[in-house]
Amino acid sequence: MKVKVISRSTDEFTRERSKDLQRVFRNYDPNLRPQEKAVEYVRALNSAKLDKIFARPFLGAMDGHMDAVSCMAKNPNHLRGIFSGSMDGDIRLWDIASRRTVCQFLGHRGAVRGLTASTDGRILVSCGTDCTVRLWNVPIATLKESDDSSNNSVKPLDVYVWKNAFWAVDHQWDGGYFATAGAQVDIWNQNRSQPVRSFEWGSDTVISVRFNPGEPNLLATSGSDRSITLYDLRMSSPTRKLIMQTKTNSISWNPMEPMNFTAANEDCNCYSYDARKLDEARMVHKDHVSAVMDIDYSPTGREFVTGSYDRTVRIFQYNGGHSREIYHTQRMQRVFCVKFSCDASYLISGSDDTNLRLWKAKASEQLGVLLPREKKKHEYNEALKNRYKHLPEVKRILRHRHLPLPIYKAAALRRTMIDAARKKDERRKAHSAPGSISTHPLRKKRIIKEVE
Amino acid sequence: MDVPPIDKEISEELDLRINKYLRGGAVNLKGLEDKKLRGQLAHRENLFGKSAKAAAKYEKWLMPSEGGYLEADGPVEKTWRIKQEDIGRAVDISSARNQHDVILPEFGPYTMDFTSSGQHMAVAGRKGHLAVVDVKNLAVRKEFQVRETVRDVVFLHHQLFFAAAQKKYTYIYRPEGVEVHCLKEHGAVLRLQYLKNHFLLASINNYGQLHYEDVSMGAMVNNIRTGLGRTDVMRVNPYNGVVALGHSGGTVTMWKPTSSAPLVKMLCHHGPVSALAFHPSGHLMATAGKDKKIKLWDLRKFEVLQTFPGHAKTLDFSQKGLLACGTSSFVQILSDLSESRNYSKYMAHSMVKGYQINNVLFRPYEDVLGIGHSMGWSSILIPGSGEPNFDSWVANPFETNKQRGEKEVHLLLDKLPPETIMLDPSKIGTVKPARKREKPTKKEREAEMEATLEDVKSNITLKKKTKGRNKPSKRAKKKEVIVSKAKRSLLEQMHEEPLSRKKQKISEEVALPKSLQRFAHKKAPT
Repeated sequence: MKVKVISRSTDEFTRERSKDLQRVFRNYDPNLRPQEKAVEYVRALNSAKLDKIFARPFLGAMDGHMDAVSCMAKNPNHLRGIFSGSMDGDIRLWDIASRRTVCQFLGHRGAVRGLTASTDGRILVSCGTDCTVRLWNVPIATLKESDDSSNNSVKPLDVYVWKNAFWAVDHQWDGGYFATAGAQVDIWNQNRSQPVRSFEWGSDTVISVRFNPGEPNLLATSGSDRSITLYDLRMSSPTRKLIMQTKTNSISWNPMEPMNFTAANEDCNCYSYDARKLDEARMVHKDHVSAVMDIDYSPTGREFVTGSYDRTVRIFQYNGGHSREIYHTQRMQRVFCVKFSCDASYLISGSDDTNLRLWKAKASEQLGVLLPREKKKHEYNEALKNRYKHLPEVKRILRHRHLPLPIYKAAALRRTMIDAARKKDERRKAHSAPGSISTHPLRKKRIIKEVE
Repeated sequence: MDVPPIDKEISEELDLRINKYLRGGAVNLKGLEDKKLRGQLAHRENLFGKSAKAAAKYEKWLMPSEGGYLEADGPVEKTWRIKQEDIGRAVDISSARNQHDVILPEFGPYTMDFTSSGQHMAVAGRKGHLAVVDVKNLAVRKEFQVRETVRDVVFLHHQLFFAAAQKKYTYIYRPEGVEVHCLKEHGAVLRLQYLKNHFLLASINNYGQLHYEDVSMGAMVNNIRTGLGRTDVMRVNPYNGVVALGHSGGTVTMWKPTSSAPLVKMLCHHGPVSALAFHPSGHLMATAGKDKKIKLWDLRKFEVLQTFPGHAKTLDFSQKGLLACGTSSFVQILSDLSESRNYSKYMAHSMVKGYQINNVLFRPYEDVLGIGHSMGWSSILIPGSGEPNFDSWVANPFETNKQRGEKEVHLLLDKLPPETIMLDPSKIGTVKPARKREKPTKKEREAEMEATLEDVKSNITLKKKTKGRNKPSKRAKKKEVIVSKAKRSLLEQMHEEPLSRKKQKISEEVALPKSLQRFAHKKAPT
């Protein structure tokens, strides 16, 4: 007879000392866990609910400007700082962590329309409707000790006066040039009081300019003649131009896929383009109900934030047709500028009500340092939600967003208008000779022509 | 490439183990047209495969203990002739302590229940003796006398609550002997079962009413009148939470709290069903009847797998799939060696003559069988019955108070709604398959009609008639007539809908002569 029975000594299965961790033994046998799928589903449902409970995206407002915030700039070299310019000519540097003004840059006589910081974060360039470009030294010492917030002001390093009012400015990545937009596109060197060169194509105002993060010599602008134009600094004239049905307010390049950019359009949509292939948008991002005023990509390149004239901020996936998230408050007015923070976890929006607002990029994210166990739990919950997101109950909870009534109504109205237009098109097509009416997808429909 | 034979052996063994953790086959990606979805699914399948392999490797290399066994030397010695005393002498002292008899002749017969970790046991004597025993340390936590009939006892989610079915009502007690609740709605309960994942207490009372009570909320979930008479044979299928009842007519019915009709009604015996048990994998059921038969059923096909002769007052499956049958003073253990689902005699144990066995129950995570009988309770060693490796997060025999508290919170967070009880729980979390389209849509029908019309038009051949009769206008008219005829017939076809069954019947009736219409329902003699 050979016999053995299970025999466990307590010493082997419990901790030796009270300071030790409890010993954990695993057995992954499915028979020990009856109804594991049901349990998993309930967990997914609970984590979706918890997500809604913890969705508190608004962190705080930064109050100080006397007029609407017109433009913002990130400091690529300093995570906590953000520059903002307002319509009364005031430029401020904010400390995001304490949400206070670090210093003011006084000097502009009209609205500040463009702000940008150099890649090393030492020089701030601003331009405005007073036809001046001003260069400022960014006070690094005060950044470090931002606690003593005596509103110390800074004198400009240089003031360059030029012929026309400026609408936008952007600094080259890894280089000494910056570009301003106004009546024409001017390329400036930091040390020269006059632009080193100018580009002109057509007679309309250029309203936004953005350098390519991958190829330093490439830049894109949008103009009030509804155009998006691509420039190459190595060539004498602009390279390509795309004319759409409505004006593009702002452009942002995808930092991870630098051949792609997204344009914030006046017709409530954003259009993602491949710069090599402008005859068709890669994706149309719909959801806003009024003109999109500004757009900024997350440093991860997976999502971007838009601010709109409809008083909301939305976050889109780079490949998603509809927004992932909508942020709004009762007091936030028309949003003129938005920025993703350099660590991709915060958003900053500047609006007509003179405030900058700080938001979380993920509405229910837990802030602060996470313990490994907490992190693991969050990852587990995320995976569960992802697995069961197609089931009706989970989907309903995950998709639900509270909308302000005007936006809800406007969205419904837009939907009926679009439906009516589509129906009309269908009928027109059905009642005309076959082949006489050609339909285009929305990705092509809003493009009038492409000029080389 | 040459693989060393040892590696090959290991990989083959791992493949066998991986199957256990894969939980079904992979999705067939061949037929999918959606490239994006195909990519996502392929990625997910890859992950599943990896995790199954990791689990298999863990099982192979890292499990701390191995299961028990009992093997005979040579073909002459039989395992079922081996006595408990011999086993007790062969095993270590701490295991030998699990062989004991507790003789309490006044209050029997006894019934018992174990907690899910096998750490505690609740015993109830029919004449009112209730006790909670810490079986790991062999210490009585508390015993008390309720001075009325106790028919059944069951632990709730942990050892700090247990429910006892007493003469008139069911009560919930703390182990200190404090009565926490009196469940009056259940009536005089004969048998209790607890569904751990759902926090449901199921009971069958002497009027044959099945009650489900949510013990976390204290709310009655459903009260089902079975209408099949009084029975005290009830077990929960651990795999899906379905409650099975054995009736005096020989039927076994399966119930869920959200429907008042049984999910399954199967005739198992020609005579009353006396006992019932489920395999932990949920696909195997054992029933015993007064017709002197013990049957094993495959619950996926509802077919008998095996039939054994013999009575059984009580049945129980162990975690490893051993089946214990108890009658009068005799316990028999059947096992499927090599997991072939072919049960055969494995062990046997006789108690002192005159003891009437009331209840047998395997202790989880131990090689121990608890027996409640008319003179107290006993515990014997059944090597190879228990799961040797426990999972600390599922059921921990060495649980501390703090861990227990934490687990209670997690259990409550993961509490399943009663709707998740169904025969096939793997259906949860799947989407309804798209219905097969039977009728063509209007558009398709129109397109088809147009195509046939075109066909007719192009195939018109007119005879060449003599001069004067062959005018172009006449030919055109003739063509038109042909096309319109074809069109009409098509339209008629389209509008002709298949009659509903009732209408068909009526039309049949009408078709008969009036004198014969009254015979229309009856089948024609063949």
